[in-house]
Amino acid sequence: MSVELRGITKSFGALVANDGIDLRVETGEIHAILGENGAGKSTLMNILYGLLSPDSGQILVDEKPIIISEPSDALAAGIGMVHQHFMLIPVFTVAENIVLGHEKVNGFGVLDLEKARSEIARISKEFNFDVDPDAVVETLPVGIQQRVEVIRALIYNAKVLILDEPTAVLTPQETDELLQVMKNLKKQGTSIIFITHKLREVQEAADRITIIRRGKIVGTALPTASQEDLASQMVGRPVDLTMNKSPAKIGKTLLEISNLTVTDSTGRELIHDISLDVHAGEIVAVAGVQGNGQTEFARAILNLEEHVSGSILVDGKDILGETVRGSLHSGIAFIPESRELDGLIGSFSIAENLILDTFDLAPNAKGLLMSPNTVTNEAVKRITEFDIRSQGANELVSSLSGGNKQKVVLARELSRPVKIVVASQPTRGLDVGSIEFVHEKIVQERDAGRAVLLFSTELDEVFALADRIAVMYRGTIIDIVPATISRSDLGLLMAGVKPKVSS
Amino acid sequence: MNKVSKLTPIQKRRQRGAFSLLFLSFASLIGFGILQKNTAPVTYKFVLEKEWIAINEWTLDSRTGSYGFSCAALIFAIWAIFQFRRNKKIQLQSALGGFAILMAFLCWAASGKMIPFTGLLQGALLLSVPLIFGAMAGVLCERSGVINIAIEGQLLAGAFAAGVVASLTQNTTWGLIVAPLAGALISLILAVFAIKFSIDQVILGFVINVLVIGMTNFLYKKLLIPYQNTWNSGPILSPIEIPILSKIPLLGPIFFNQTIIVYLMYLIVAVIHLSLFKTRWGLRTRAVGEHPTAADSVGIKVNNLRFRNVIFAGLVAGLGGAYFTVGAVGAFGKEMTAGKGFIALAALIFGRWSPLGAVMAALLFGFADNLQGILSITGTPIPSEFMLMAPYIATIIAVTGFVGRVRAPAADGIPYNRGGSH
Ligand SMILES: Nc1ncnc2c1ncn2[C@@H]1O[C@H](COP(=O)(O)OP(=O)(O)O)[C@@H](O)[C@H]1O
Ligand SMILES: [Mg+2]
Repeated sequence: MSVELRGITKSFGALVANDGIDLRVETGEIHAILGENGAGKSTLMNILYGLLSPDSGQILVDEKPIIISEPSDALAAGIGMVHQHFMLIPVFTVAENIVLGHEKVNGFGVLDLEKARSEIARISKEFNFDVDPDAVVETLPVGIQQRVEVIRALIYNAKVLILDEPTAVLTPQETDELLQVMKNLKKQGTSIIFITHKLREVQEAADRITIIRRGKIVGTALPTASQEDLASQMVGRPVDLTMNKSPAKIGKTLLEISNLTVTDSTGRELIHDISLDVHAGEIVAVAGVQGNGQTEFARAILNLEEHVSGSILVDGKDILGETVRGSLHSGIAFIPESRELDGLIGSFSIAENLILDTFDLAPNAKGLLMSPNTVTNEAVKRITEFDIRSQGANELVSSLSGGNKQKVVLARELSRPVKIVVASQPTRGLDVGSIEFVHEKIVQERDAGRAVLLFSTELDEVFALADRIAVMYRGTIIDIVPATISRSDLGLLMAGVKPKVSS
Repeated sequence: MNKVSKLTPIQKRRQRGAFSLLFLSFASLIGFGILQKNTAPVTYKFVLEKEWIAINEWTLDSRTGSYGFSCAALIFAIWAIFQFRRNKKIQLQSALGGFAILMAFLCWAASGKMIPFTGLLQGALLLSVPLIFGAMAGVLCERSGVINIAIEGQLLAGAFAAGVVASLTQNTTWGLIVAPLAGALISLILAVFAIKFSIDQVILGFVINVLVIGMTNFLYKKLLIPYQNTWNSGPILSPIEIPILSKIPLLGPIFFNQTIIVYLMYLIVAVIHLSLFKTRWGLRTRAVGEHPTAADSVGIKVNNLRFRNVIFAGLVAGLGGAYFTVGAVGAFGKEMTAGKGFIALAALIFGRWSPLGAVMAALLFGFADNLQGILSITGTPIPSEFMLMAPYIATIIAVTGFVGRVRAPAADGIPYNRGGSH
C-alpha cells in the first residue's frame, strides 16, 4: 500500500509546525523521516493517523484521496502507528490493550479475549517477541511495551506502519532487534515510516530518507549518504561530528558516593545501593536506557529527593541531608534534566536567571538590597563568554531557543566556584550547534580540574565525552567500565547483561 | 532523613491493620470487659416475621458477653498478625475481629436492654440505599474520568421530582419514571460544562449542588407548602415479599422484603459491576478514565462515552433520590438528602472506585448510622455525639486493613481535548 501526503500544513498559533509537506511512501519500503527535535515529525504523523487535523492538504492511499479525521479512519485504511509516547493503558493487560477499540464479545456481551491471546501468540512466535498476553502493561519493561504496540498494529492488518522515534527508549540491542523486525515486515510488503533523529539507524534500515527542518522538507537522501551530509541537511549548515579531547589528567577524589538508596513516599526503591567515585579532571558518564533511575540519582546528589540513605562526600565532606542551596554552595554545578522546568524561570530575564542562586550574595547584593547595575554588567559579560544569542541581558528567557536557554543554565552554574559538575542529559533536544558548544564546555571543565558526572542516554554522547562509564540498570550501577568498551558490550550492560569476560 | 524500611507498602498496610486490631481488641477487653460493672443481661432479638426457623432471641450476661467477644477479637488479631508474618491477606481476620469488637461493644452498651438485631441490620440496609445509588453514580462518572461532586444535587432532584409527580398523579410508578430523568437533567449540566467546555469539575459539581438546593428550596416554599395536598402528599411504595427468599432466617426479611427501588438497586449494582469488568462498554469506560489519549488513538470516542456515562450516572442517582420520597416517607422535605451524596462519594473512595467495594463501604456507613440511632433510643452510657463518631473511627481503621492500593482512575477530573498535549 502506498501513501501520499500533499501540501500538508499545520500551525499551532503562530508556529507553523508543518509547512506544505509533500511526502510519498511506496509499497514495501522503509521510509525514514529525519529531523531534529521540534522539526514537526510527530505533528505530521499525527495528522496521517487522524489525531490532528491539518489546516490544509490532502492524503492519498493507493492514489485515492481519503479523509482521515479520526484514528479509526486511519486504522480502517490500514495505517497503524507506534507512538512516541506509548498509547497503552498501564493498568490493563496486554490482551485487553490489544482488543481495546476492536473488542469481540460472546452471546452474553461478555468480552472474549481468547482470539486476541492466540493472535498475540501467533505474532509473538512469528517475530520472536516474548510477550505474555495476560501481563499487566505497567509491569513490563518499555521495550516489551513497544512490542505490544507493534503487535497491535499488526493484528489490525496495518499495511502502513508509522514508528515515531521508536528507538528513543530502547537499548542498542533492542534497537537492533527492532530494525530486524522492520526489515521482516518490509519483506511481507508492509510499508514503514520510520521517524528518528539518529543517523546510524537511518543508514542501517532505511530505503529512502526524507529530511525535515522547521516544518519543511529540505531534502531527500539515500542511506548511502554520509553521516556528515545527513546531519548538515538536518541542521542546515556543515557540521563536524568528531570531538577532540586530550587524555584525562586524573586528580584526587572530589565526589564520593557510597551506598546511596532512594525510595519514593510509599517505600518503593527507586535507586538501590549506588557507590561511585568521581575524580578531579575526569568525566564519568552514567549511561543507561531512559528511566532506569538516572533522574533520581542526579536529583539525590543535590538533595532534591526526600527519602535518601547513604552518603555523598564532596571533597571529603558529607552533604547528604543538606538543603539544596547548601549542596550547590558546597561546590556543585547542576545542569538539570529539564531546563524549562528545573533550570530556568521563563518569565525572568537572562540577568535574573543568571543570579538565581547568588542573588543575595556580594557583589549581586549589598545588605538587603540587590545591585541591579552589577547584575546587568555581569550578565553582559556572561552573554559574550557563553555566546548566548539574545537581544540583551533583559530579554526574557522564555523567548530564547532551546540551545540558548541551556547556555544560560551553563553560564550560571559554571560561573560559581565549583569543584563538581553534575550534568543531566545536557544536550537533550538541542540543535547540533548547541550540542557542540555544550560538549566543549564540559571538556573544558574537566581540563580545568573539575570532576564531571554526566548523565546521558545517548551512546554517541557517552563515547564522545566519557573517560569512564558507569552503567545504570533498574536503579543500580551494574558496572563501571573504561570508555574503551565496545558499543555492543555497553549495549548489553544497558540491557542488564554482564558480559562474562570483559576485555 | 527517613530510614528505609524493608516492607512493601502492602505489607506495611497489613502490619498497621493487624496491630490496630490487636490494640482495639485490648481496648475492648479492658473497656467493655474489665471495667464493666454492669452484669445485667443483654438480649438480642432476631425474629422479625415469619422465617422458616424462628431464632427468637438470645440472652446473655453482659459482662461475660463482652469478655467473650473481646477475647475472640484478640484471637482474630493474633491470627491476623500471623497472617501478616506469613505475608498473606488479613481481610477475613480484620472483618471477624471488627465484628467481635462490635458485639463486645453492644454487650456493654446495651446491658440490661434489648437489641433488635434483625431490625438493626434491616435499618442499616435502608440507610445505605441512597448511599449505594449515589456511589454507583460516582462509579459511572469517575471510572470514565469525570469527577462527580454533584451526586447530592442529583439525589435531591430525584427526590423532589419523584415526590411531586407521585403526588400530582397519585401514582408511585410515575414518580419512579420521572426521578431518573430529573437526575439525568442535572447530569446533562455536568456533562455539557465538564466535557464540552472543560470547566473545573469540582467547582462545577459544587455549583450544581447549590443550584439544586436553591431551586428545590424555592419550589418547596412557594409550591409544596401552600399547596401541600396536591403537590406534596404522594403515595409511597409498599414492600414486595419475594416468595421463598424472604423466608430465609435472618437474611430473608432484611433483603427480600423490600420495595421495588431496593430490588432495582440490587440489579443496578450487579449490572454495573459485571459490565465494568466484563464487557466492551466496561473496558472502554475504564480506558477513557485511565488514559483517554490512548483510547482515542484506537478509535474510541472519548468524550461521547464520557457524556453517555455521566448521563447514565444521573439516571441512577435520580432513581436513588426517589427512595427518599416515594420509597420512604412520601412527602418531599427541604434538603432532605442531608449530605448523603457526599457520604456516597466517601463510600466510592473507600470502596476503591469498585462498585462492590463501594457497596460494602455504603453498608458499613449505613450500619454505623443505624446503630447510633438505635443505641440513642435504647439509651447508652455514652453521649450520642460520641456514638456518632465511634462507628466512623472503626470504619477508618477497618479501611486501613481492608483497602489495598487506593488509586483514583488516572485521568479522573481531567478534561480531554485532542491535540491539547503532544
Ligand atoms: N499540540 C501542540 N500545541 C502547540 N504546539 C505544538 C503542539 N504539538 C507540537 N507543537 C510544536 O510543534 C513543533 C513540532 O513538534 P513535533 O511535531 O512534536 O516535533 P518532532 O516530533 O519533530 O520533534 C514544536 O515546536 C512543538 O513545540
Ligand atoms: Mg516527535
